[in-house]
Amino acid sequence: MKDLNVKQLNILAAQIRLETLKVIHSRGFGHVGGSVDLAEMLAVLYGAAMRFDPKDPRWPDRDWLVLSKGHAGPAAYATFGLMGYYPLEQAYTLNHPHTRFPSHTDRLLTPGVDLTTGSLGQGASSAMGAALGNKLDGRDSRVYLVVGDGEADEGQVWEAFHFAAAHKLDNVVVFLDMNGYQLDGPTAEILDHGDLPGKVAAFGLYTQQVDGHDVAAIYHALEAALAHKGSPSCIVLNTCKGKGATFAESSHAHSSQPNEEQWAEALQAAEQALEAARQA
Amino acid sequence: MNIKLIAKHEKDARASRDAIVTTLEELMDADPSVCYVDCDLMGCLNTKGLWKKHPDRAIQAGIAEANAAGVCAGLAATGKNVFFHSFGTFSSRRCYDQIYMSAAYAGLTVHVLGSDAGVTAAFNGGTHMPLEDAGMYLSIPQTTVIDACDYDQLYSVMHSLAHTQGVSYTRFVRKDVIQVYAPGSQFEIGKGVVLHESGEDACAVICSGIMVDEALKAYESLQAQGITIRVIDMFTWKPLDEALVRKAAAETGCVVTAENHNVTCGLGAAVASCLAKDHPVPQEFVGVQDRFGQVGPQSFLMDEYGLRAADIEAAVKRAIARKS
Ligand SMILES: Cc1ncc(C[n+]2csc(CCOP(=O)(O)OP(=O)(O)O)c2C)c(N)n1
Repeated sequence: MKDLNVKQLNILAAQIRLETLKVIHSRGFGHVGGSVDLAEMLAVLYGAAMRFDPKDPRWPDRDWLVLSKGHAGPAAYATFGLMGYYPLEQAYTLNHPHTRFPSHTDRLLTPGVDLTTGSLGQGASSAMGAALGNKLDGRDSRVYLVVGDGEADEGQVWEAFHFAAAHKLDNVVVFLDMNGYQLDGPTAEILDHGDLPGKVAAFGLYTQQVDGHDVAAIYHALEAALAHKGSPSCIVLNTCKGKGATFAESSHAHSSQPNEEQWAEALQAAEQALEAARQA
Repeated sequence: MNIKLIAKHEKDARASRDAIVTTLEELMDADPSVCYVDCDLMGCLNTKGLWKKHPDRAIQAGIAEANAAGVCAGLAATGKNVFFHSFGTFSSRRCYDQIYMSAAYAGLTVHVLGSDAGVTAAFNGGTHMPLEDAGMYLSIPQTTVIDACDYDQLYSVMHSLAHTQGVSYTRFVRKDVIQVYAPGSQFEIGKGVVLHESGEDACAVICSGIMVDEALKAYESLQAQGITIRVIDMFTWKPLDEALVRKAAAETGCVVTAENHNVTCGLGAAVASCLAKDHPVPQEFVGVQDRFGQVGPQSFLMDEYGLRAADIEAAVKRAIARKS
């Protein structure tokens, strides 16, 4: 990992959040809440941890990102654009006819997307397959898997964790986005998980829990996860669904269709947050 | 059956999903054995009110469709009359073996509801676009398979399903549908609806769902060109109204099927296998030609996949030209 530079990572996170909003604004509506809450995690991954080459998205020695909560695609599109995979303007075609930026991440369409997701739970398994494949090939590539807390309703997520632990896939780091909300409302009211981090740990993953909007905390947890050998790791992110999107932050809405005035307010607030990060 | 056609090609102000919500509420109010299981998509079906009203029998199973389908089978085994909803992709592909074995093979009744039929999954994109869902349910023995076109058809069918045994699958559009039928129209499961018929019919268009309005538009356009066609709303794909299909083929000499679904495994395939047995005639297949879904507005997708009145018209002309 690169040395920790909190200011730089906070700037990147603010850029990712702003660009994520712009990507969704290009269509006018979409999955804002579960996209913007990943900004800090993506900033730490792409700003300090991951090995990737924007000129060669399928570089065999790259680290992989698997967004199993595929509806967070816009956050990935913003990040990849900022990293130079393509000019960001290209991503301002979200969900338009013949776009390369669909609402759910698609490996055949978008440079930087490693596995296709959208049907929740499935990315967890395919990520483990990729991790195993990289091990079989003797590569030290890492696989970063992002799972939602609502998504953890799917039995497949737990089958994937079981598999990863049994096969000692210590080249996997799972980020569990514990924002406490899913589509119909609070996760605790839909199908209460009880002690979710405890359950992940019980499945054999080296599990830590941090503030998902604190880049330094994520960085340190990731450092520990990467140093851990013999089992997969999980970093549970305590996040706020809708973080930094003025129209979604308090409602934690799953999808949002704000009016132009609300969009203008949100974009302005995100730009101010970026400026504040730069001045910090 | 008691039907009144409106067919002004105008959007219904009512969201068609509310036909399901209203029916479920009526059924649950009247009968304590009726249960409704959903997978974190009550907000999409507009049933959060029902969840509040009947918290014991409107059941949240979370984003876990395979488990939910198994739970439905178990509820059915205790005598519950169960309706099960998710997006069409997930209430078919995501829980197929559970529905197949735990429910259908086990002789239990579960009514499966799949929202966002075909290209109406629009902005959720290819991963959420069910183009084979009904085909999967056609493949399970003794099922009932419905592709509903509007609010009043859904309302009538839902009430009938409550008294139907075995596994059923109903695919539907959540909102923004063209109103085809007048309120109060009543449908009989397994009976196609003849919307236009005359002694002059040169071809029969057999369709369902969002393709009904397109077929009605094609009828008008062809009529202006001096070509008269029969139009049949075959909202029940299974059991197929074979007698009506055979009669149409015999009287018109060729058929066009039109579906918001992959043509390899849906209405067109069912009609073809019916006719091939004892009344083969030229058939043209309007529908998704063995392709995956993709993201975009519904209007774009209907153009992209050839699901327009113009596509039906062209197919009718091809079919007529093939008559010997
Ligand atoms: C198998 C499957 N079932 C249902 C859906 C519809 N869906 C999309 S997102 C979502 C809620 C996801 O909640 P969570 O994983 O907590 O994501 P977040 O709140 O972080 O956005 C649902 C039900 C889906 N995409 N896949």
